[in-house]
Amino acid sequence: MGLRQAYDGVALVAPFSTPYQRYSTDTAHWWIAGALRGALGTAGLKPGEIDGFCVSSFLLAPDSAVGLTQHLGLCLRWLDHIPMGGASGIVALRRAARAVQCGDANIVACVAGDTNHIDSFRTLLSGFSRSASDASYPYGYGGPNANFALLTDRYMQEYGATREDFGRICVAQRSNALKYPGAMMKKPLTLEQYLDTRPISDPIALFDCVMPCAGSEAFLVMPEEEAVKRELPYALIGGTIERHNAHAEDPIQLRGGWTLDIDELYEMADCDAKKIDLLQTYDDYPVICMMQIEDLGFCEKGSAAEFVRSHDLTIDGDFPHNTSGGQLSAGQAGAAGGFLGLVEAIRQVSGTAGPTQVKDANHAMVAGFGMINYDRGVCSGAAIIRSGNS
Amino acid sequence: MSQQLLADFAAQIVSGDIRVVDLTHTLDPDFPVIILPPEFGQCARFRMEEISAYDHRGPAWKWNNISMSEHTGTHFDAPSHWVSGRDLPNNSVDSIPPENFIGAVVVIDCSEGTAANDDYELTPEIIQEWEAIHGKIPKGSWVLMRTDWSKRSGAEYLNMKDDGPHSPGPTPDGIRFLIDQRDIRGFGTECVGTDAGQGANHTPPYPAHFFLHGAGKYGLQCLANLDQLPSTGAVLFAAPLKIKNGTGSPLRILAMVPGDNS
Amino acid sequence: MTTPLTPPPKKNPQKRTIAPTRPSEARSRAAMGLSAAAAEGRFALQRCAECDTLQYPPRDVCSACLSPDLSWKDISPEGEILAETTIHAVSKLYFRERVPWRIGTVQLDAGPVVICHLHGDCERNSRVTLINRLDRSGQGVLMALPKEGSLNMEDDPQLRAMTSDPKHRRILITDARNTNTPALARSLLDAGAATVFIGEAENWRPNPMRDELNKMANVHIFPLDVTDTSSVQELAAEIGGKTDIMINNASFIRPGGVLARGDTGFARDEIEVNYLGLMRLAQAFGPGMCSRTADGVNSAVAWVNIFSVYALSNDPEFGCFSASNAAARSLSQNMRADFRSSGLRVMNVYTGPTDDDWHQLVPPPKVAPIALARSVVQGLKDGLEETYCGDVAKDLYQRFQNNPNVLERELTQGGDGP
Repeated sequence: MGLRQAYDGVALVAPFSTPYQRYSTDTAHWWIAGALRGALGTAGLKPGEIDGFCVSSFLLAPDSAVGLTQHLGLCLRWLDHIPMGGASGIVALRRAARAVQCGDANIVACVAGDTNHIDSFRTLLSGFSRSASDASYPYGYGGPNANFALLTDRYMQEYGATREDFGRICVAQRSNALKYPGAMMKKPLTLEQYLDTRPISDPIALFDCVMPCAGSEAFLVMPEEEAVKRELPYALIGGTIERHNAHAEDPIQLRGGWTLDIDELYEMADCDAKKIDLLQTYDDYPVICMMQIEDLGFCEKGSAAEFVRSHDLTIDGDFPHNTSGGQLSAGQAGAAGGFLGLVEAIRQVSGTAGPTQVKDANHAMVAGFGMINYDRGVCSGAAIIRSGNS
Repeated sequence: MSQQLLADFAAQIVSGDIRVVDLTHTLDPDFPVIILPPEFGQCARFRMEEISAYDHRGPAWKWNNISMSEHTGTHFDAPSHWVSGRDLPNNSVDSIPPENFIGAVVVIDCSEGTAANDDYELTPEIIQEWEAIHGKIPKGSWVLMRTDWSKRSGAEYLNMKDDGPHSPGPTPDGIRFLIDQRDIRGFGTECVGTDAGQGANHTPPYPAHFFLHGAGKYGLQCLANLDQLPSTGAVLFAAPLKIKNGTGSPLRILAMVPGDNS
Repeated sequence: MTTPLTPPPKKNPQKRTIAPTRPSEARSRAAMGLSAAAAEGRFALQRCAECDTLQYPPRDVCSACLSPDLSWKDISPEGEILAETTIHAVSKLYFRERVPWRIGTVQLDAGPVVICHLHGDCERNSRVTLINRLDRSGQGVLMALPKEGSLNMEDDPQLRAMTSDPKHRRILITDARNTNTPALARSLLDAGAATVFIGEAENWRPNPMRDELNKMANVHIFPLDVTDTSSVQELAAEIGGKTDIMINNASFIRPGGVLARGDTGFARDEIEVNYLGLMRLAQAFGPGMCSRTADGVNSAVAWVNIFSVYALSNDPEFGCFSASNAAARSLSQNMRADFRSSGLRVMNVYTGPTDDDWHQLVPPPKVAPIALARSVVQGLKDGLEETYCGDVAKDLYQRFQNNPNVLERELTQGGDGP
């Protein structure tokens, strides 16, 4: 199998994040429209100027991307709907980039958004997947908390990671979030507070869990010459991978699908882990961040705990990680959680991150992970993007 | 003449000169019925199911469906009830001439003997002793055997033992005497049947049923309040429901007796 | 070991009775196979007929070879705990009211890895035996028990939530005249039942078992005639609020089918007792029991019907009796639907011919009262919905499952004629 084709000539522009809200009386449609409008405004485009649209959302039902075209008044020649939760951003990027590269669309808007009504998280859980209904929720109805508690428990047994190690990730992200205006969490978090908080599903406690909220994220994909012509800051794609239902034979998930494709990713991007200036992991729980740090090649399998002990994960640290606070501190706005890291990374490498800007951010690694279909996350993806304007 | 009689009758009921005694037990789901060996068909108990009670099943009215056997509770036996009476004319409750439902009644008090012996039996001798005091039983009379058995309740009533029930009734000769010698209208008891509890052991078995119905006479059973009747001089009103080809029927039995004022 | 349950204190009349909640009931059609197995207390998973791969979670096709030929097979329930968690915070009310709740990931020796409930006595990463039980939603769930068992194991709150254990519960047996009643009462008391109420119809008739029943401690006899609506309503008014388990053993049986009888007399009695009697009991006792399924240690938990196994397919020798049992069985399914949302479980115990007068002419094996009592108690302890007592019942059920139409032919075929 040869190397996949490069993503030459495709630009990622106009990253836009709406400020998140804990609860919202508005609909997913409203939030998606808000992010689209924001991205178009950033790029100075009118809605009629996009011809491709890609959406991710859990709470659009009974609508889909199709319903949104009429609702938002979009006439399109390319349309996609990505139901992959935490992997949605990476997958949307891949699909849209190829469409633009091949000329099926000229400008694609990739948008993710969800609302959060009181009780909508509980009702979302109850209908999440067939296997979850059949074989997970009947067991204490712990949802992802309980599922990831099991993975965390096993991970700690296998690799000797401790609660303090997970706490370092959460504390660093909170520090980052304090600089990110859209974040839900506005108060500092200490390691002591992390360790002392109430248990949710052992060994997971309150600060290991994301805060469900309402929000939306968007970016545009267009030919590089279009971005240059419009004088927009932009990012370029070094390489991307996705993988589903990898390592099904593992009795419990201690690694993700990245391990199958990571070498190829670096080869495509013509770089290695040392050249990565910042990492955006999918952080629904800190154990998953550790898994990604390992599986994306930043350290050996099982040594992520040592890695986080010996690195500073804040914006100004030696290993900037989840610079907008991640979902743990910015909040998890449904499917927008799968866009949060990618949109922040586009801002970072295009030099538009403002208060969270990492110095000399040329290469960013973004990973996605999603959909606890039964006992583990099924979808994984990653992208290396780099600064386009340098 | 009879017009005056009826007017007097009605007036005396109002005045209390004639007193009405109810000889009927309440129809109650838990009232005992005759028990036959289990391989035989059984007598249905009285049952009542609400149709509606001022509720969603009928907002302004209450009514019940009831079910029972022809021979449940205080009831009337027609001649067709027994094989000996199967071919007689007018042998079912619907065909019996209505005048037969009203007539003179005599009460033979066997309560003392029954108190001493559950299997007390009415013999021709006892009947003749009674007649020596109260006079000859008039032709066409109802004859009721008073035992005070109606005052029993629960298991005491059927008084069922391993060899069957034990309760009073007539001997074959006793019932034949009333039929053949006195030509009575019918025979009534306070027990669950006109026969003694051990009546199956007589020849023929169940002689009261066999002879009474074979002769076109009627039976009354599960009677109450016989202790309120005079030995002679009362009139019985016992009209069964008009059931097509019915062999018997639960009924309200009323006795008219001289009142305290008379 | 598990801390043994203590007898519950008397109910505080000033406190509101906790309303029933339940775990999630939603399941795919494939997953209902697990529930069907749990209803009978079997540990079964889907196995691919083409490549033998075991599937979990339940699937429509084999995850190894895409064959649609999957069937539920009993498999080894042994395994080892890989990971565990104790849930402290949860949005589903049923669990929220019961936290902390322990679950784990178990690697089965047979292959699949399952998420399951963990018994409190399971040690970290230990060997376990899995059971498949109905939870209070009426769906099958897996639970890991310590492989070697443990002291007072049945009192574990998570396990007790799955079962209908008679311990500390108050039980009504509806028919003091049934020859199986003394054995039922004694077995339930031996299993820790607090009180056994027994209904007796027509106390004006002798009951040869009355003395024996009266001699048992914690047995109370009340008037009850299931053919009499007012009698059923009166007893429900009296003890319906403290009936935790109903055992309806009232039964009317006579031999004969349609032509052998020639009238509907006995059939009417059979319907009155076996079918309408059950309906009267359900209407009088059901609502009260359904409202008390979360009422502490002695919550209302189960409704037991004792049916002839010929409810499944007619035995012509007892043709009309079989028909009345088939009607009652169908009614029990309706009761399940009505009771489902409360978590009150309906257990049907199917028995072969019982060792009594009416089966004198039936050759052995016949079900002795004590055997029936054992099935009832074990079924309650295992939280079953369906159990088959005696070899005849088990054999007939197997044939019924294999092919109900063949079974009907086998049961109804006549002689060769002249």
